[in-house]
Amino acid sequence: MKDIYILGYAQNQILSDAGAANEVELIMPVVHEVFKQTGLNQDNIDFTCSGSCDYLQGAAFAFVEGLSAIQTNPPIKESHVEMDAAWALFESILKIQMGDAESALIYGFGKSSPGNLDSIVSLQTDPYYLAPLWADRVSLAALQARVLLDRSIITKDSMFDAIQQAMTNAQNNQNSLVQSSPSLDQYLDSEFISSPLNKFDCSPISDGASAMIIGTKEFAENINRKFVCINSIHHNIETSNLGARDLTTSKSITSLAKLIQLDQIKLDFAELHTQFSFEAPFISNLIGLQDIPVNLSGGPLSGNVVMAAGLDAIGKSYESLLNNNYSNALAHATSGPCLQQNMLVHLERKQ
Amino acid sequence: MTEENKDYFESPISLNYNYTAGFATTRFLKKVALGKLVGQKCPKCKAVYVPPRGSCPRDGIPTNEEVELPDTGSVESFTIVHIPIPGNPIVPPYVCAMIRLDGADISFLHLIQDIDLAEIRIGMRVKAVWKDKSEWDTTLENIKWFQPTGEPDMDPDSYIFKTK
Repeated sequence: MKDIYILGYAQNQILSDAGAANEVELIMPVVHEVFKQTGLNQDNIDFTCSGSCDYLQGAAFAFVEGLSAIQTNPPIKESHVEMDAAWALFESILKIQMGDAESALIYGFGKSSPGNLDSIVSLQTDPYYLAPLWADRVSLAALQARVLLDRSIITKDSMFDAIQQAMTNAQNNQNSLVQSSPSLDQYLDSEFISSPLNKFDCSPISDGASAMIIGTKEFAENINRKFVCINSIHHNIETSNLGARDLTTSKSITSLAKLIQLDQIKLDFAELHTQFSFEAPFISNLIGLQDIPVNLSGGPLSGNVVMAAGLDAIGKSYESLLNNNYSNALAHATSGPCLQQNMLVHLERKQ
Repeated sequence: MTEENKDYFESPISLNYNYTAGFATTRFLKKVALGKLVGQKCPKCKAVYVPPRGSCPRDGIPTNEEVELPDTGSVESFTIVHIPIPGNPIVPPYVCAMIRLDGADISFLHLIQDIDLAEIRIGMRVKAVWKDKSEWDTTLENIKWFQPTGEPDMDPDSYIFKTK
């Protein structure tokens, strides 16, 4: 396997409503920023891959329009995943591992403000049994939170702690949308959106875009950016039939922890794609992250650009490794209801 | 359901959006409401886009320079529609054409009327027929359709996209 390095990463200011700005106008600044960071341009990129969801824009093949943000002349090799851009990164890594590319540009974008995110995400569920019920993302998350609370796997205190920690850490991320924590009383008095989750437990509706450039070791050496290596990356999915899943655990996450040999790594911190407060203590307990800082960037509770937030967990890990005295980071991305699909990424600072 | 023993039911699905055109297209549409067609030029390849989307899809950079274009152009491609589309008030047969405005480097879809269908051809010169000014809004429907001008045809080779 080839060593693959993250060479640059950029994130837009996360907005609750980007207003008139369309997706192309959100993507262009971050793509230009990663080119500026790396001194590269599109001519140096062998493969370009994006992650987005056409349902967010409400138009078929809307992702094609996103390409207007990229230089496509001379013609480029390009692909798209109808998923979080963390999976666009995964596809790019496969391309590099197969020898088809030395470098890749990845971008993810989404505006959740124009539509009703609950309804939109609901239509991503199984179309025969779940989607007709309009099972929304908060209610499905609440289902898992409830069973975890009932089994004492997490507590209300740990949910509140996760919110407070996220809001404190969000102050380190100039792009974060929400940075103010509720008091315990405010938290406990807030009415449920779907019991046991209230508005503080849920990540905010967010608009934005992020971009990343990766490359092989040789490519990274050539541009003098051999800093952060993607040591291992794996993803795993569970059944779309919610009734067949044990929501008290996550087989996909525990099996991924084995695949990336998490017990062999001395982690300094983790960035988790936790869109609901309870997911941070749940995943931390599940794979033993209790003693390290989680979501130094504030994580999705401080800003959750759907289709970019998973890539952001990886990008923010890269930034923290680059800017602090850390050696090893774990990044997590997720997709689907109740953490149905997960990705774990081990990043290591090399210099 | 009033019928007995129905083994299916209809469950219509729809989603509502507040569509935003984007900063660049918004600027274009505001000018359209004043009866002007304003394209945007790429600072690198100098291509003029109308309607503009805010970026040059060849170079991936913003197209900030605005260029006012005439309401005349030529037919880049066309089709004659014979099949009625439910909800569409236009009675077939009619012509849908890709119209390249003079000075623009891309075309857009619009109608051509006041024409003998046998006459329609690539390169044909056309001019916009506007609605009454009182009906103008932020939409290209301010132009009812295009009609032939009778000028000599454009050379189709001139449509080939060239970097200037």
